[in-house]
Amino acid sequence: MVKLDSKIPEGHISEKWTNHKFNMKLINPANKRKYDVIVVGTGLAGASAAASLAELGYNVKAFTFHDSARRAHSISAQGGINAAKNYQNDGDSIYRLFYDTVKGGDFRAREANVYRLAEVSNNIIDQCVAQGVPFAREYGGLLDNRSFGGAQVSRTFYARGQTGQQLLLGAYSALSRQVGLGKVKMYSRREMLELVVVDGIARGIVCRNLVNGEIEKYSAHAVILATGGYSNVFFLSTNAMNCNTTAIWRAHKKGALFANPCFTQIHPTCLPVHGEGQSKLTLMSESLRNDGRIWVSKKKGDLREPNEIPEEERDYYLERKYPSFGNLSPRDISSRSAKEVFDEGRGAKGQEAVYLDFEDAIKRLGRKAIEEKYGNLFEIYETITGENPYNVPMKIYPAPHYTMGGLWVDYNLMSNIPGLFVLGEANFSDHGANRLGASALMQGLADGYFVIPYTIGNYLAADKPEKLSVDHTEFENVKKQTEDLTRKFISINGKQTVDDIHKRLGRIMWNKVGMSRNENGLKEAINEIRELREEFWKDVKVPGDDKDINQTLERAGRLADYLELAELMAVDALNRNESCGGHFREEYQTEEGEALRNDEEYTYVAAWEMEELGKWKLHKEDLQFEYVKLSTRSYK
Amino acid sequence: MSGKHLNLKLKIWRQSGPQTAGSFVDYQIEVSPDDSFLEMLDELNNKLESEGKEPIAFESDCREGICGTCGLVINGQPHGPIPKIATCQLHMRNFNNGDTIWIEPFRAKAFPVLKDLIVDRSGFDEIMNAGGFISVNTGGVPDANDILIPKEVASESMDAAACIGCGACVAACKNASAMLFVSAKVSQFALLPQGKPERFRRVEKMVKVMDDLGFGSCTNTYACEAECPKGISIRNIARMNREYFLAKVKSKELEV
Ligand SMILES: Cc1cc2nc3c(=O)[nH]c(=O)nc-3n(C[C@H](O)[C@H](O)[C@H](O)COP(=O)(O)OP(=O)(O)OC[C@H]3O[C@@H](n4cnc5c(N)ncnc54)[C@H](O)[C@@H]3O)c2cc1C
Ligand code: SF4
Ligand code: FES
Repeated sequence: MVKLDSKIPEGHISEKWTNHKFNMKLINPANKRKYDVIVVGTGLAGASAAASLAELGYNVKAFTFHDSARRAHSISAQGGINAAKNYQNDGDSIYRLFYDTVKGGDFRAREANVYRLAEVSNNIIDQCVAQGVPFAREYGGLLDNRSFGGAQVSRTFYARGQTGQQLLLGAYSALSRQVGLGKVKMYSRREMLELVVVDGIARGIVCRNLVNGEIEKYSAHAVILATGGYSNVFFLSTNAMNCNTTAIWRAHKKGALFANPCFTQIHPTCLPVHGEGQSKLTLMSESLRNDGRIWVSKKKGDLREPNEIPEEERDYYLERKYPSFGNLSPRDISSRSAKEVFDEGRGAKGQEAVYLDFEDAIKRLGRKAIEEKYGNLFEIYETITGENPYNVPMKIYPAPHYTMGGLWVDYNLMSNIPGLFVLGEANFSDHGANRLGASALMQGLADGYFVIPYTIGNYLAADKPEKLSVDHTEFENVKKQTEDLTRKFISINGKQTVDDIHKRLGRIMWNKVGMSRNENGLKEAINEIRELREEFWKDVKVPGDDKDINQTLERAGRLADYLELAELMAVDALNRNESCGGHFREEYQTEEGEALRNDEEYTYVAAWEMEELGKWKLHKEDLQFEYVKLSTRSYK
Repeated sequence: MSGKHLNLKLKIWRQSGPQTAGSFVDYQIEVSPDDSFLEMLDELNNKLESEGKEPIAFESDCREGICGTCGLVINGQPHGPIPKIATCQLHMRNFNNGDTIWIEPFRAKAFPVLKDLIVDRSGFDEIMNAGGFISVNTGGVPDANDILIPKEVASESMDAAACIGCGACVAACKNASAMLFVSAKVSQFALLPQGKPERFRRVEKMVKVMDDLGFGSCTNTYACEAECPKGISIRNIARMNREYFLAKVKSKELEV
């Protein structure tokens, strides 16, 4: 029987973490080296955890499917990282960051976790600076900040447009140091394919060596998954090509609850799809919305060039519908409005795109000023599209970007399987139904540098788990099952390629489980996903063999998991009869078309237990809002 | 956007494993000029797969020029003909209908081919493990604003830190030298006050591993800088040489 216990410590919100740290059991330094910890993933969350645990003395084994730890998807984050330093003296505080994050998450996150996140945010910046992360500076030598994602204070730290890169390289440096010291053993080009659970406790993992195809077994006293998000279920997203759900999904199938799978974030300013061959989508910085005006033609099916559409025939729909926020309306509202105008047949030149126009800004501020502010982004745009945004309006469209859902964890970041911890985007913990800009990097590093080093010690000291030998029968069984599954992909020998099926899954998800959803559509999606899954298992084609580098085989395994997760996303969206954050159910909106939450019935985390494929049991973790009062947001 | 499709002839290096000999294989493909270079390879692979043939192994991840995973030699140039971009940022509109394109892996003794266009660049990680860090543990560090760093210094350090670890510099160099990569890391830290305390140790250790791994020496041909997708400057190499020289002088002094 699964029982959800969030283990939120007693006391006032501002004292919970401090009290908890004091009450947790410690392991003396000499004994730490007797414990082995597996960390899967070397993004911000995984690399920071692996390095910090090794510094404390644990023996760490770190795994990544990349050729190097430095390649993790975190590297591509651009905008910045939040912290409550209040260096700008503009009224920021831990409490305000906490408040903004709870509210931004549309009241579907756990208050205690969010408060802790805000609390350790400042330590993150100190840590990164000490590691040599070259954050932007003022002339006086102090750190510079910018405001980001609609926040009213300037709390975002950044390193040009490459903040994720610099933070990851910082964590990677710390990790490299521990690898050099022999405290971390690094296993790159390894894909975790199974979690090994014995007597209900996480004992280790089974991986595929992506170079020689060997299925390998690893055991430890605890397992940490920091394997990122699952936006690629949509096939096209802003995530890196290889991001996938396999690690957390296979853990889910071993009993770990999956929380709020339908909470996905669609980012409004991405480059539109250019054609069938499109492999991924590129994010354009949201900052463009500060000066660009978003519009489409008032007429349906208008195929004229944008410059030929006169002013009075243009619909600046965000400015019209949300006069006070206009082009800076929140991500979900902007995204949904773009889809609405496209669905009405008013997309830019009939395509799935809207215009982002700098003509007025160039007139008002001069070309030079625009160049200074956005020159770099305009260049990127031109490299990719071949069009010059100084002359022709940019085309943009929303794209899947981030997944708030993930494995359920308690306050200690431990899943319902003892010994299995989940960090970063892979867990569900801090962003509720919507993530604010510059908060994912903060969460990844908070989890890895400042939470897990404490909470894992408590688990090891209090529960005293035993490390099993990899010769244990369960390790053998899991290894055998994994080998069989791997061979099965190859033996199907059907007619459709992995990508063709993935693209079809993506279309179902985008149309029916995307940025707006309704009961009928979701029910249809569930059937279509099931049918597609059956087709996959009968008709997929995976050439090559399993004892070699075989990238098609890797993608087939990941798609198999997406085909299952997709169904749960639809099931969760169907269950949640309300609109909140990134989850918009068309049946639940105000007369003005705003999201309508149902706090009476849905102020809970939906944590799903898989009973069998296609059958899930819902566990509810009720959420209490003691500090931030439940309220409706308004951007009118 | 979309113009006419391009008909291209591709000559792609195929090699089944590190121990086997490889060769160029011809392919014909029609692509949209809006496709990226790697999307062209995706399309070719999808076609090969649907015919039950083994696709061409190549690596990529972010496809935005930041992760450093991709890297092909295109018509003899690492990352292709356009300066300051990575392979994944190259678009087919830069080619002409009827072109023949040669596609090979990065070639260097220290980067053995694993399969087709995939090479093993783990040597870079080993160099990093030896000294590519500032030795601080998590926690117990000063407030971020206690360390004042002039804007210009932070900016110069950031220029060096922008390296994506792709290895194009090694592939471009006739000696397969890794100096540009190593000097970028050495410079990033040597410029910052936080990095100063162990600057000599760092450079000595990193250079030693670099040499041990069989990367060649630098003979100032500037080929690395020309092919670097991030515009990492060879000034970093000069700085590293200085650091290294000073380190040697220091260790001599200590011996006396
Ligand atoms: C384009 C873009 C821009 C962004 N910009 C910002 C921003 O400005 N600010 C912000 O706060 N957030 C931003 N985000 C979000 C943020 O980057 C991510 O949420 C965050 O970096 C995730 O970090 P992570 O450590 O949880 O996972 P990741 O960085 O995704 O790392 C996952 C790791 O797990 C490994 N892995 C996964 N599965 C397996 C497996 N089965 N076996 C072995 N290894 C495995 C991978 O190899 C990788 O090392 C952005 C996201 C995108 C897509
Ligand atoms: S210096 Fe340039 S070419 Fe060399 S690894 Fe770094 S980014 Fe690549
Ligand atoms: S795929 Fe990331 S740099 Fe090219």
